[in-house]
Amino acid sequence: MKVKHIIERVMNAVFFICGIVSIAAVLLITIYMIIAGIPAIREVGIIDFLFGTVWQSTASDPKFGILPFILTSIWGTLGAVIIGVPIGLFTAIYLAKMAPPKLAAGVHAAVELLAGIPSVVYGLIGMMVLVPGIMNLFNLKSGSTLLAAILVLAVMILPGIISVSETALKAVPKEYEEASLGLGATWTETIFKVSVPAAKSGIAAGIVLGVGRAVGEAMAVIMVAGNVANMPGLFKSVRFLTTAIASEMSYAADGSLQKNALFSIGLVLFCFIMIINGILGFVLKKGEKNK
Amino acid sequence: MKLKKIAALITVCAMGASLAACGNDAASTTAAATKAATEANDTTDAATDAATSGETEADTGEDAALPEDLSGAVATGGSTSVEAVIGALSEAFMEEYPDVDVTYDPTGSGAGITGASDGTLDLGLSSRSLKDEEKEQGLTETTFALDGIAIVVNTENTIEDLSLEDIKSLATGEITNWSEVGGPDAPVVLIGREAGSGTRDGFESIVDVEEQCVYEQELTSTGAVMAAVASNPNAFGYVSLSAVDDTVKPITVDGVEATEETVLDGSYKIQRPFVFVTKEGEELSEQAQAFMDFATSSAASELIANAGAVPLK
Repeated sequence: MKVKHIIERVMNAVFFICGIVSIAAVLLITIYMIIAGIPAIREVGIIDFLFGTVWQSTASDPKFGILPFILTSIWGTLGAVIIGVPIGLFTAIYLAKMAPPKLAAGVHAAVELLAGIPSVVYGLIGMMVLVPGIMNLFNLKSGSTLLAAILVLAVMILPGIISVSETALKAVPKEYEEASLGLGATWTETIFKVSVPAAKSGIAAGIVLGVGRAVGEAMAVIMVAGNVANMPGLFKSVRFLTTAIASEMSYAADGSLQKNALFSIGLVLFCFIMIINGILGFVLKKGEKNK
Repeated sequence: MKLKKIAALITVCAMGASLAACGNDAASTTAAATKAATEANDTTDAATDAATSGETEADTGEDAALPEDLSGAVATGGSTSVEAVIGALSEAFMEEYPDVDVTYDPTGSGAGITGASDGTLDLGLSSRSLKDEEKEQGLTETTFALDGIAIVVNTENTIEDLSLEDIKSLATGEITNWSEVGGPDAPVVLIGREAGSGTRDGFESIVDVEEQCVYEQELTSTGAVMAAVASNPNAFGYVSLSAVDDTVKPITVDGVEATEETVLDGSYKIQRPFVFVTKEGEELSEQAQAFMDFATSSAASELIANAGAVPLK
């Protein structure tokens, strides 16, 4: 009996410590981001920082406006979602409801493989194949554009959307679909009018997850987007919030306004991710209530 | 039953032990990190001390040969472009003299010159020659390396030679088609480095296009610039001379090919000196003098070349 108690206690402590570690990490990161991000925003002024359209961090009269980065991140993510969500959703529907089991297993494995590919490989393929392709197809002078970034991001968010949506679609009770079929609806009608609406919170969670991945991606984007601090345009070289940090961090002098401003961009990005996570939490909770 | 319990207990103990070990490791790593951090702080402090004492102790006597044993700190700082070279040199120097700490603060050529002038730095580093008014303030320069920047275009581009003026117009977007400078009928795409890069700073200041460049791509490494120029027939970019290979085509500037020789004899235009800035007539601390002697000696040539610059000897 006593031994059991000890084991219980020890294991309890072990689990507690494990739990604390992750919470502490989140807390530390949050506090650090705020402390490191505030000074530059204060120095530049929050309006000039968030809504300034010119970023010239090393000019003799430096300007720190990050609106181009914010808009690029928003447009880039939106574009990736517009392309990626229909493809991902239809793939999920096909895998969950239509495909013969053997084929579904094969496609499923392929999707999982897609999720495991490192982002630098996406970037490399984008740089070698997509960028020259876009340049020739649209007869541009350079293919490193927002469009290239959108296409890479669209492929990168697919696995998340597919696997989460597929799980949600598979969880729709058989009775719903059988009832719909019994009333004379075809299988396709049943899927789109019964299964998809029933799984909508799961599908939404998948989309939000994809948005989070697209907003936070840096490596693949830095290799295809050109990284010039332009206001976004589909065929223009652009810089995302993530790549703005990544491209200038290595040479920014410690304690300089440039480095502090990069931390401030990090803080803005952090807020973006927090908002997206908040939406994700909200969507999931709403889904649970509906059930 | 009892056996099972004991087995379970042993398992738990093992797990606990391994976890504790992990914990210890983490703790010691943090401790080490903190220690390193404090040491770094100490170094900075020491460096500042040395800098101030270096100013007052002006009569250490001259000796050009490297001394046997040295200790103390050498505070250097200045141009970001020089950082890689000084990093390589100070690493080798500190291997020779383990008691000497050479620190480098990459704050820009201007700050390096100011630091040398007001005594906060033992040695200021600048990637440009001193201006006349700076020399009048009693500063002297000692060149220890040269930096050549090659202008590269795609191998499909028929351009062979550009004048410095042409390069300026191309970079600022004044000329938008290669045919205007005798090349094919194709748009001009400038591929450069990110803000803060030494190569970018060098190119823009020598060609005199600071803050006026119209970039199509800003990439974070020399290799990325080379790859981008190699894959886009419209592109031209600038890279450190040592990085040029046959995936791209280096062009001649005002008829002069970019090679180590033309950089050394001064005929290749897109180059700049890496210089130590010191106060005239004021004696350096022993270790700072030794470091400068080392950097200008032939022993440093290979290190300088490996770091991407052109050594003088």
